[in-house]
Amino acid sequence: MEETTLNSNILAKLSDKFGDKVTAVSEPYGLLTFATTKDVIVNVLSFLKNDLNFNFLTDITAVHYPGKDHGIAVVYHLHNMVEKVRIRIKVFISEQNPAIPTATTVWKGANWMERETYDFFGVKFEGHPDLRRILNMDDLGVHPMLKQYPLEDPNRVDKKDEFFGR
Amino acid sequence: MNHNHPVYTDNDPQSELVTLNLGPTHPATHGVFQNVLQLDGERIVSGVSTIGYIHRAFEKIAEHRPFYQITPLTDRLNYCSSPINNMGWHMTVEKLLNIQLPKRVDYLRVIVMELSRIADHIICNTIIGQDTGATTTFLYLFQFREHIYEIFEEVCGARLTTNIGRIGGFERDFNDIAFAKINKFLKEFPVALREFENLLTRNRIFIDRTAGVAEVTKETALEYSWTGPLLRATGVDYDVRVSDPYSSYQDFDFEVPVGTSGDIYDRYLVRNEEMWQSVRIIEQALEKLKSEPKGIFHADVPEFYLPPKQEVYNNMEALIYHFKIVMGEIDAPKAEVYHAVEGGNGELGFYLINDGGRTPYRLHFRRPSFINYQMFAPMSEGMLLSDAIINMSSMNIIAGELDA
Repeated sequence: MEETTLNSNILAKLSDKFGDKVTAVSEPYGLLTFATTKDVIVNVLSFLKNDLNFNFLTDITAVHYPGKDHGIAVVYHLHNMVEKVRIRIKVFISEQNPAIPTATTVWKGANWMERETYDFFGVKFEGHPDLRRILNMDDLGVHPMLKQYPLEDPNRVDKKDEFFGR
Repeated sequence: MNHNHPVYTDNDPQSELVTLNLGPTHPATHGVFQNVLQLDGERIVSGVSTIGYIHRAFEKIAEHRPFYQITPLTDRLNYCSSPINNMGWHMTVEKLLNIQLPKRVDYLRVIVMELSRIADHIICNTIIGQDTGATTTFLYLFQFREHIYEIFEEVCGARLTTNIGRIGGFERDFNDIAFAKINKFLKEFPVALREFENLLTRNRIFIDRTAGVAEVTKETALEYSWTGPLLRATGVDYDVRVSDPYSSYQDFDFEVPVGTSGDIYDRYLVRNEEMWQSVRIIEQALEKLKSEPKGIFHADVPEFYLPPKQEVYNNMEALIYHFKIVMGEIDAPKAEVYHAVEGGNGELGFYLINDGGRTPYRLHFRRPSFINYQMFAPMSEGMLLSDAIINMSSMNIIAGELDA
């Protein structure tokens, strides 16, 4: 109950500031989640950091939803360590031209998280100081976490996994 | 400058810098990390870290495995404290499925997790000793890691990559030998840990090598998203066990040690004190277990908990549930969940998106080593090479967790 009021306070402040840029609000398992757009994401992050005390960037990652208009969701997890609240922010961006402003201007620790996201999903973080692949080799040529890339060679018949997986 | 195009000493005759490839397989780095360092004498001018040498695509593999088959993948993240990873994953799924565990299971899990935290910290602190030249300390304390593995062996049959527990509890109850071994460990370990501290904590050489080296302010640490003992050594009292209690940690009485300067000596002290606190927690857990009903080692959730094999062959319901769990046909809510546990190196997070299919739609591991390590190269600038080596040891970077 207490968590819910805390979350609705945060949400009210966000809506005051960013109006209809804060969409798709939900609270799965008590964790406030909302979507925003890429033109305000850096403002949202710095507002959360400086005014709402979300001082800690827990994680940046992405999710691929193939076949949608904005098929890549960049997901930010922030943490307010003082009030013990977490928040999740999603930005849906185009799959054809996945680009989003970098969060390294807000947190330096975003550097490698964004490199990892670039490596796996091809998301280009504009203004990132050193956007290179981090875990895969440089000449891999694809961004392997995108759903169109199968786990294994699809031509292998001895390992058909249609009964076991996607 | 990267792993495909390593830079060797540049050919500029005017340059007085030397390029050193520290790693990927250097005995002083305790794992596969490459750092291309520019040295001016013994001082590091700049460095570039290259990682990914043991990248195994766990997040991709996890998208093709039913929930219970992902546990062995988590073993291989921080393989020095696999049970914490296993439990973190089980708890993530249990949070998704809204499973409430009996207290006894929670306490058993706490025992296993704290034992593995001790094992993790033993590795880190003895390695700091080793790298500062004190081999004795390494040999003294390291055998207790072996004793912890013997306890794991008794509980689950495996030692390093444990695959311990199931979604909904444990696969079997702790036997009497396991409890006897835990009690023996609790009796012997404090003596050895005291001895270990006597050898290092007030040791002049050790303090000279570590105090004031690689100091980090709490602002910098938070800016770089540090967690775990590294963050606590800078003076921030953030511990997931306290801030967001899981597995009934709120029932336990323990302290969160913090440092002041964030240097290597503080990290060493924080980890040592955490081992003492872990011993305290295990003692409390054993005490609490006495008042819990015996023989309960899993929650009563037959549709999610893998049934014992003899029941599968003799009982229709068990057969059905077994089939559904193995085929990944469990009725999990279509939802997304983030769950974090306090791993050996910091906040180990699992971000799971379930779309109702047989496997997770997306699973992301927030790996503390990966996020902590990005500061290594920037903070090495201006440091002596030998200090950078013990700085890396004190960060306890585990290659498996770094690369996932």
